[in-house]
Amino acid sequence: MAIRQISVFLENKQGALEQALGVLADAGVDLRAMAIADTQDFGILRLIARNHATDAAVAALRGAGYVLSVNYVVAVEIPDEPGGLLKVLSLLAAEGVNIEYSYAYLTASENKACAVLRVSDNAHAEEVLGAHGIVTRMTKGGVEPAV
Amino acid sequence: MSENRYYQPEIETMPLEEMEKLQSEKLVKQVRHVYDNVPFYRARMDEKGVSPDDIHGIEDLHKLPFITKSDLRDQYPDGLCAVPMSECVRIHSTSGTTGRRVVAYYTQHDVDLWEDCCARAITAVGGTKEDVCQVAYGYGLFTGGAGLHGGSHKVGSLTLPMSSGNTERQIQFMMDLGSTILCCTPSYAAYLGEALKEMGYKPEDNKLKAGIFGAEPWTEEMRRDIEKSLGIKAYDIYGLTEISGPGVSFECSEQKGMHVNEDHFIPEIIDPDTEEPLPLGEKGELVFTCIDKEAFPMMRYRTRDICVLSREKCSCGRTLIRMKKPMGRSDDMLIIRGVNVFPSQIETVLLQEGYSPNYKIEVDRVNNNDTLDVYVELTEDQFSDTVKTVTAAERQLAGAIKTMLGINPAVHLVPPKTIARSEGKAVRVVDKRKLHD
Repeated sequence: MAIRQISVFLENKQGALEQALGVLADAGVDLRAMAIADTQDFGILRLIARNHATDAAVAALRGAGYVLSVNYVVAVEIPDEPGGLLKVLSLLAAEGVNIEYSYAYLTASENKACAVLRVSDNAHAEEVLGAHGIVTRMTKGGVEPAV
Repeated sequence: MSENRYYQPEIETMPLEEMEKLQSEKLVKQVRHVYDNVPFYRARMDEKGVSPDDIHGIEDLHKLPFITKSDLRDQYPDGLCAVPMSECVRIHSTSGTTGRRVVAYYTQHDVDLWEDCCARAITAVGGTKEDVCQVAYGYGLFTGGAGLHGGSHKVGSLTLPMSSGNTERQIQFMMDLGSTILCCTPSYAAYLGEALKEMGYKPEDNKLKAGIFGAEPWTEEMRRDIEKSLGIKAYDIYGLTEISGPGVSFECSEQKGMHVNEDHFIPEIIDPDTEEPLPLGEKGELVFTCIDKEAFPMMRYRTRDICVLSREKCSCGRTLIRMKKPMGRSDDMLIIRGVNVFPSQIETVLLQEGYSPNYKIEVDRVNNNDTLDVYVELTEDQFSDTVKTVTAAERQLAGAIKTMLGINPAVHLVPPKTIARSEGKAVRVVDKRKLHD
């Protein structure tokens, strides 16, 4: 039970991001995290929606004709301090968990950062991190938590 | 083949004089039929000042107005149907990728004559009731499957209605049931050849002796490759939904052009610009007039195919006029790095690879080298959250296009609905080279 990420295929042109975010704003979807992978021709917008709004976000984007995919990623709480993320990555590397990509966001109130990791094996990553007392967002009672 | 066989010898070997007499009789009746039953034709003929009384035989064919693809689109769905709907037993339809679909109507008579044409084609490649005919053209609205299926029935061959795709099953049935004749698109035949090889089969392991391949452009080189990989003789077949379907013309054992079933469809070659008929043997646009159809008789239909006709004697004994393989469309052939490229070839690959047929081709010249960029709309099947999935899909598609064209394109996957659609003929090709001249 990792958290759900929405990936949206975008044209690499002016206004493409604005347009996609406009669709989400109109649907009342609040975003928790966002990152863009860009190439010369296209971009992939990766989103994590707040408060179980993933389904609404997917419906709104599909309705507007976007091509998208939904997959699970691991969200890890890390202390907002030098080397915070490094420890997590070292543990995963030692256990042979590959990271496809990652992005991070800060939670202003808790003085914590959160890293989103797209890994080769979600369950394995959770196990490794859990064994070292690192909180991953999917461990709270088996349901997708509010991020 | 040791002997020449015909499905309808009295027609297929009919002396020219008799054929022209037969065509003239049928034409006079057909013109009267469309004038009386299709308001569109009546209006067009009235506009041109031609009445059915002016048509006495094939020498008057040139007096009739032309009909074009855009007329067909305008008359969608049934504006050109010449009989009450209760007389029709079937429809087929074009893919409609360049605009509105064209729906063709058939009475039982129309289906019969079409299936006869396909039976002539199967017989011409040596097909008899002893054969096992694997029909791997698509079944459905497309005429490919239905046409060869019906022809195979008429010949009395055992018909395998495989439809297209599912290569593993195609090969299993081919080997287990001993198919002797394969009917499909040439690109799929080539693909089957490769797949057989990959599975460890040699060309002599299958029982195939002949293949009837059409519905898309292919080259002599492709013919040789297919013949080698499948261990067969590969024959061409030509047709279009507007006229009936596959079997408008077909190749015989000579493999030198396709005999037109001219007792049903009269071919003409015209200058596409002046619209004047050209003398026999000259290259121009192919035009067909149906003279034996009830529901959907096209009068002087402009195919856009550039072609040459020949009355040269054929050693197969058929007297039916021959047409060369069309050299392309009058309106959309591109020459890229010296290679003739038709957008339809790229379209074929896209459909085979599971993409939408919405695409744009950009040709340019950079440092004296032609470049080919293909923009294709991707669907969710080809997408995941990583960049590498998309780039891998682009590479795979570029490889498939290279296999078809022989030149390497740059493929760009783009979001749906970003390639402009237009009401009429979509602008699929942008040739920027013209701007530099």
